[in-house]
Amino acid sequence: MLKTALKSMLLAAVASVALAGSASAGKITIESWRNDDATIWKEKIIPAFQAKHPDITVEFNPTAPAEYNAALNARLEGGTAGDIITCRPFDASLDLFNKGHLASLNDLPSMASFSDVAKSAWTTDDGKTTFCVPMASVIHGFIYNKDIFKELGLEPPKTEEEFLALLEKIKANGTYTPLVLGTNDQWEAATMGFQNIGPNYWKGEEGRKALIDGSQKFTDAPYIDTFKALAKWAPYLGDGYKAQKYPDSQNLFGLGRGAVYAAGSWDISTFRGQNVNMGAFKAPPPAGSECYISDHTDIGIGMNAKTANAADAKVFLDWVGSEEFANIFANALPGFFPLSSAKVTISDDVAQSFVSWRGECKSTIRNSYQILSRGTPNLENELWNVSAQVLNGTMTPEAAGAQLEDGLKKWYAPHQK
Amino acid sequence: MSRTAYLLLLAVFLAPAVIIYSTFSIYPLLATIFNSFYDRQDDGTSLFVGLSNFTTLLSDPTWSAPFWNAFRNNCLFFLIHMCVQNPIGLVLAALLSLPRLNLRATYRTLIFMPTMLSVVVIGFSWQLILSPLWGVAKMFLSFFGLGFLFGPWLGEESTALLTISLISVWQFVGIPMILIYTALLAIPDELIDAATVDGLNQFQAFIWVKLPLILPTLGLVSVLTFVNNFNAFDLIYAMKGALAGPNFSADIMGTLFYRVFFGNQLQLGDTSMGSAIATMMFLIILTGVMIYLFVIQRRMHRYSF
Repeated sequence: MLKTALKSMLLAAVASVALAGSASAGKITIESWRNDDATIWKEKIIPAFQAKHPDITVEFNPTAPAEYNAALNARLEGGTAGDIITCRPFDASLDLFNKGHLASLNDLPSMASFSDVAKSAWTTDDGKTTFCVPMASVIHGFIYNKDIFKELGLEPPKTEEEFLALLEKIKANGTYTPLVLGTNDQWEAATMGFQNIGPNYWKGEEGRKALIDGSQKFTDAPYIDTFKALAKWAPYLGDGYKAQKYPDSQNLFGLGRGAVYAAGSWDISTFRGQNVNMGAFKAPPPAGSECYISDHTDIGIGMNAKTANAADAKVFLDWVGSEEFANIFANALPGFFPLSSAKVTISDDVAQSFVSWRGECKSTIRNSYQILSRGTPNLENELWNVSAQVLNGTMTPEAAGAQLEDGLKKWYAPHQK
Repeated sequence: MSRTAYLLLLAVFLAPAVIIYSTFSIYPLLATIFNSFYDRQDDGTSLFVGLSNFTTLLSDPTWSAPFWNAFRNNCLFFLIHMCVQNPIGLVLAALLSLPRLNLRATYRTLIFMPTMLSVVVIGFSWQLILSPLWGVAKMFLSFFGLGFLFGPWLGEESTALLTISLISVWQFVGIPMILIYTALLAIPDELIDAATVDGLNQFQAFIWVKLPLILPTLGLVSVLTFVNNFNAFDLIYAMKGALAGPNFSADIMGTLFYRVFFGNQLQLGDTSMGSAIATMMFLIILTGVMIYLFVIQRRMHRYSF
């Protein structure tokens, strides 16, 4: 009696799991970590797609960012993942492709509208297979409070020297925090600091590739100079910046208590919500040198290799690569910039100025993302650690470079020469 | 009752505990140990590698340096709890058990309250209190003219772990207090009366009569503190993230395990190495508990009333 009851319960459970896993024809499900954007997907993006393809139902099914990688892996291995997979850049997705969870998208027609740099985050090391459609990038720079600049009679700086002089003026006035950046969470120091201004020193792609092929080392001048420039910020950071978390930084600037904010373009929508009268300037290069910006490939979108609905999924992915999608996405989420070469009009003026730098400077991506963060110790983690320490004043720029290089040397052959 | 019926009955009553304990405790533990002998390949398959994960963990400086750093920090974390949390718990319990004390239940509830709050709430509130930007700690100290003492304690390499440990002490001090308080209540009044007749005052009676009687409870409290501290993770993760900085100064075994097993940002999760760390944590805790059981508890006298 008990046995049969148990058996039927088990069967029912198995059946319901199986049912939940198999999608009916014409229906595709999207896996994503962008739960912040769920409304935009449901109200703007998906309806726009369905206006053209009424026979395909799309469901946006996000997971919390911190759990996404682990949850997605578990669902892919258990065969219950959605048809469309939102791709993290570089190794996390490459790993999924190598394990056979992501399908090759080489034959997707809209792939032609993406540059190699845009595709690099979702392409195999040999450059032969691309497995996600590049969806958006984020650009680094600085956001400033226009009201404070007006009050103190300041102009956005063009060179590093002007930048430091500007911070000095704000500090001398004493009312506002000159530069908003905290080191408690560590990634802020690395991402908004090191990766923000660094490309000006290592000449963007040139330096990034030189690090990968081993012809440049972290102990070389460009990297030490980046750390030196970073160390100069310390006197201008907020009171107790060592215990300042990322939300603290956002609030400090959002409430109008900080003048300049070391930014990622994704912060724009946060500050729009707080009604800050803001403008943006790009990472100021040292006087007399060319400018480079970090235009980092951040979100891609690919297809579950085991989807039951590959035809519809490809129709959707091809549409994600279209000009229509690029325009909807760029305007619904100011600060996330489409990577396709399609013509895009952005209405948000701050987002507009971020994207305008693409025309003035050369773009690159964060140098720790491709290949170099594959080993132990993990370069990205090391970078967080040393960047925070350089800003905290507990490590010299030279020591920071040496620690990164030592770590890389332990496992990466091109740096062992 | 026949022997078979007796055995059957035994099985029925044991079954719930055995099933639940095996599924949620023994199986995961064995699976973790098993997993630590394998190495996961890029294509998703696993390869048996024997003890090599452990050799790497303990001998390769890339792994052993973070491991011993986490171990050292964890010992410090435990020592702070032993030296601060448990004595305070003992004193509070002694005060609570004073014969003439008003509002006893109120004190007990208030002190025990933080234990029941979520770690995330605790972490968030304390971060706000200690925040150099908006925190009340700075204003509070300045009010007494002690503002110069304030610092970004959670962000300094020298003070981060200490600060988090003390927050954890604040949160959990209710547990030793309640355990010791219960033990104190169980001491018969006759013993204290006799001691008073013999001329001991309250304090002397506590030191010479009550304290020896509650030693087994103090032992239990120490073991619980040890096990909980070496399994700790949540508060540090909530306040400092998986890198437990600055410069890994607040990194303990739990955060190290999390980072390795689940990955962090660009670091991919490594389940076999993560399992090896988890197994080491298990062995460390096992050793600690063994030392207690075989060396300390055996020598302890128990008094029955």
